[in-house]
Amino acid sequence: MAETQIKNFTLNFGPQHPAAHGVLRLVLEMDGEVIERADPHIGLLHRGTEKLIEYKSYLQAIPYFDRLDYVAPQNQEHAFALAVEKLLGLEVPPRAQYIRVLYAEIGRILSHILNVCSYAMDVGAMTPMLWGFEERERLMEFCERVSGARMHMNYFRPGGVAFDMPSGLAEDIHGWADHFPSFVDDCETLLTENRIFKQRTVDIGVITADQALDWGFSGPNLRACGIAWDLRKAQPYDVYEKMEFGVVVGKHGDCYARYLMRMAEMRESVKIIKQCVDQMPGGPVKADDRKITPPSRAEMKDSMEALIHHFKLFTEGYHVPAGETYTAVEAPKGEFGVYLVSDGTNKPYRCKIRAPGFAHLQALELLSKGHMLADVVANIGSIDIVFGEIDR
Amino acid sequence: MDLALKDLGDYVAEALPQEVLGTKVEFDELIIRARRDLIVKVLTFLRDDVNCRFQQLMDLCGVDYPEREKRFEVVYNLLSLTHNMRVRVKVETDEETPVPSVSGVFSAATWWEREAWDLFGIYFSDHPDLRRIMTDYGFDGHPLRKDFPLTGYVEVRYDDEQKRVVYEPVKLTQEFRTFDFLSPWEGVQGVLPGDEKADGDA
Repeated sequence: MAETQIKNFTLNFGPQHPAAHGVLRLVLEMDGEVIERADPHIGLLHRGTEKLIEYKSYLQAIPYFDRLDYVAPQNQEHAFALAVEKLLGLEVPPRAQYIRVLYAEIGRILSHILNVCSYAMDVGAMTPMLWGFEERERLMEFCERVSGARMHMNYFRPGGVAFDMPSGLAEDIHGWADHFPSFVDDCETLLTENRIFKQRTVDIGVITADQALDWGFSGPNLRACGIAWDLRKAQPYDVYEKMEFGVVVGKHGDCYARYLMRMAEMRESVKIIKQCVDQMPGGPVKADDRKITPPSRAEMKDSMEALIHHFKLFTEGYHVPAGETYTAVEAPKGEFGVYLVSDGTNKPYRCKIRAPGFAHLQALELLSKGHMLADVVANIGSIDIVFGEIDR
Repeated sequence: MDLALKDLGDYVAEALPQEVLGTKVEFDELIIRARRDLIVKVLTFLRDDVNCRFQQLMDLCGVDYPEREKRFEVVYNLLSLTHNMRVRVKVETDEETPVPSVSGVFSAATWWEREAWDLFGIYFSDHPDLRRIMTDYGFDGHPLRKDFPLTGYVEVRYDDEQKRVVYEPVKLTQEFRTFDFLSPWEGVQGVLPGDEKADGDA
């Protein structure tokens, strides 16, 4: 029989494929059904966030952070607020710190639910998605009650948070936290020992600890390889120091381990949420510095000084001393960093956003090489990418 | 924390006298200025030395200072999991001079360097795949440079007659407005109209 030359096949995956989790265009070079090369083309959702921030005052920059990883906007705002506070040398009152940690953990659960459930759908399970969105809706209600917006909260501010929590909200969050672990249990009965789910994920996309470090992995994806590294523990910010929670560490570094990380992390987040609600002190929710945080509406009615401060803050904004900082938080997807350069004016000179998904997507070729086409979908789902933050 | 960082800075400066131009600690963060052509050696040292062990390149980005002679700064943010420390390494370059790529030291740098090339036009030599990454296919210019206008030069729309997306010069019904909010009492640096009278010559 004559030998036939088999040519590699190039496949265009996305940008409108539902399993691409947004607008990912993936050019795959395939030998039969085996991936030889995967070249992600990103930037289809590039909105020039970093450029826009250079033209906005520090206060006006916050809404852009909501729109990066739009699944967990709180955590991004947190990073920016911390960076600005560092340059200003601002102390945040304890109540505001508790509220911020509380909402950062809500953001983490929001993100993990979405990821786990949509990931399950990518590999063939429909039900978790329907169940998960019910829980997400409850959480987004909490966001709405505190900030007025379900998703893009625009709530964390340099110096604290925008408003105090309305009465009754803390009790409702506590009530929700009591029943939430049973949702995680239910979800796990559907997936964790599910034969189809395990066939699609176990031993798929294995990455070793050394490779993960080399490729800049962080967050659950790094912990899935057996490295116990969590910025909430290692470099605690706000009141994470006072919280008791475990860092979940995986072993194998495959898709299944990454899924287990997120499931277990949700349980840990609930613990933090409960502690925040229980320990939350009273007091102000903004730093008491009228050159940075606006006065209350009531104060403005009879104080000329307050009115002037309000006017100045919402037109000119505040000036941040010249300097630069790289401040990072443990966002649900990994290390979310803000490299902020200030030149002493009321606008950032440069604001580089370090998105965890960017580094993770970069390693997609490494994860997928030698796997089948269907495993690429599993890999994309398991590294938890959101294009808002990758393309910026 | 501050002292440990300072010690580390001194240690690195001593170990690499040729490569390191200076170190300083600002806002509890260590900044190392390095020579551009030797950046690969600096990062390799920082990664492998027992006292450093900065295993992860967390971020790489450019910053544009058009008024400087070498207008670009390339900033490397490293993280050491072993010592729980961060360090920032900076090199300077201009529009023509390439920076040696560090993708051989940290694989994660590959895309960050592509991004810096795309958005700032900073060249990286020996880069395996220096293509644009964020902007459109066939985009012209480097949008994050300070002299690139915020509104850009071209806009796209779908043309129904030609049945394809067409590029046109950007048309705005209202120009993008930048307000000068800087208060003359605290914000403005430099000379204001009338300042010359204070010297008494006028």
